[in-house]
Amino acid sequence: MLYLQLFLSFFKIGLFGFGGGLAIISLIQHEVLAYGWMTEKEFVDIVAISQVTPGPIGVNCATYVGYTATHSVWGSVLATGALVLPSLIIMLALCKVYFVLSTKFADNVYFQNTLRYLRFAVLGLIAAAALLLITPATFIDTYSIIFFAAVFVLTILPQFIHSKQPVVQKVISLLSHPILLIIFAGIAGYCIYS
Amino acid sequence: MLLQLFWTYMKVGTFTLGGGYAMLPLIQREVVDYRKWIDETEFLNMIALAQAAPGIIAVNSAIFIGYQVGARHVPTSCSGLLSRMYPYLAVCAAVLGAVLPSFIIILAIAMVFQEYSDLPAIEAVMKGVRPAVVALIAAPLLRMTMKANNPKPFREGGLPLLSWALLSAMLIWLLHVSPVYIIVATIVLALVFTYLGERQRKTKTDE
Repeated sequence: MLYLQLFLSFFKIGLFGFGGGLAIISLIQHEVLAYGWMTEKEFVDIVAISQVTPGPIGVNCATYVGYTATHSVWGSVLATGALVLPSLIIMLALCKVYFVLSTKFADNVYFQNTLRYLRFAVLGLIAAAALLLITPATFIDTYSIIFFAAVFVLTILPQFIHSKQPVVQKVISLLSHPILLIIFAGIAGYCIYS
Repeated sequence: MLLQLFWTYMKVGTFTLGGGYAMLPLIQREVVDYRKWIDETEFLNMIALAQAAPGIIAVNSAIFIGYQVGARHVPTSCSGLLSRMYPYLAVCAAVLGAVLPSFIIILAIAMVFQEYSDLPAIEAVMKGVRPAVVALIAAPLLRMTMKANNPKPFREGGLPLLSWALLSAMLIWLLHVSPVYIIVATIVLALVFTYLGERQRKTKTDE
């Protein structure tokens, strides 16, 4: 039963997961919390681990959730397989018609508008994912707020500062790297809380 | 050929940290510049399709390239059923290559992390990391908002769509509406409004 639920959930996530990794996080979050497969705290930990390990975030989350929910390797296999299956069906269908469509289909106004609308909906999904994670479990004290603010500012900084000095620009873009920021936050957390 | 596909995607999967978009330049270098399996234009078409289709972008790209490569480079030793199945075998090889490295790494971490997540030191590290992760999810929103109305400039119809995004966020956050319903509603809205817009445009040009 658990395996069936896991399969259906991740199939649904794969089928409706438009807009890349961050949007998929929102879908996984909803399913995982709705079924009680893990707590919010565990979910944030998984997102953190997914960000610092190689590979697509969606695959990382599915593998991890599959294992934690079932305590078995087969849970991981099932969840990851279910996530990829809709992609396989849809992309293979698209490949079959690719030569017919490739010219007309990119200019089709229905297709273009749907993608544009979805890009906006994805903003809502990602915002909700972040808002849902602002809980007493993740934000425990004032330090948490400082961490949040610091990482937020460092991430968006390269968009606002365009230095003429290539070295400065390089340092800024390096400092905005998610993996580095997570490692910094981890070290700071270790120093403060232990 | 199957091994090459598997190997190429495995390399891309192992060495890209941070997911989908970071992978695209690497995939391009391997598939277009080095292996010359497809050309530049096809690669751009591939990205458009991989992003438009649901699912993980890297996996979608693996499916597309696996299929194209498999359909064009059937080894002469294959015949009959095997040669017809060859594109699908190539797809499997590419997808497995893209997924397997992350799968194995994460599985190992999941097994270890469950044993040690109660350690005070790990918990201390995670206390610092958790708010940072929330910021990492929220921060790209700014850049994504700027680019969302592409190819039109933002002021052309950007505001009503932004309020739809805001409403979606509230529905998911406060009322716990499933994001799946938001996606379905968005597709329906897009088709309805495009239909209405097209009809209006037609009557205007008729006059």
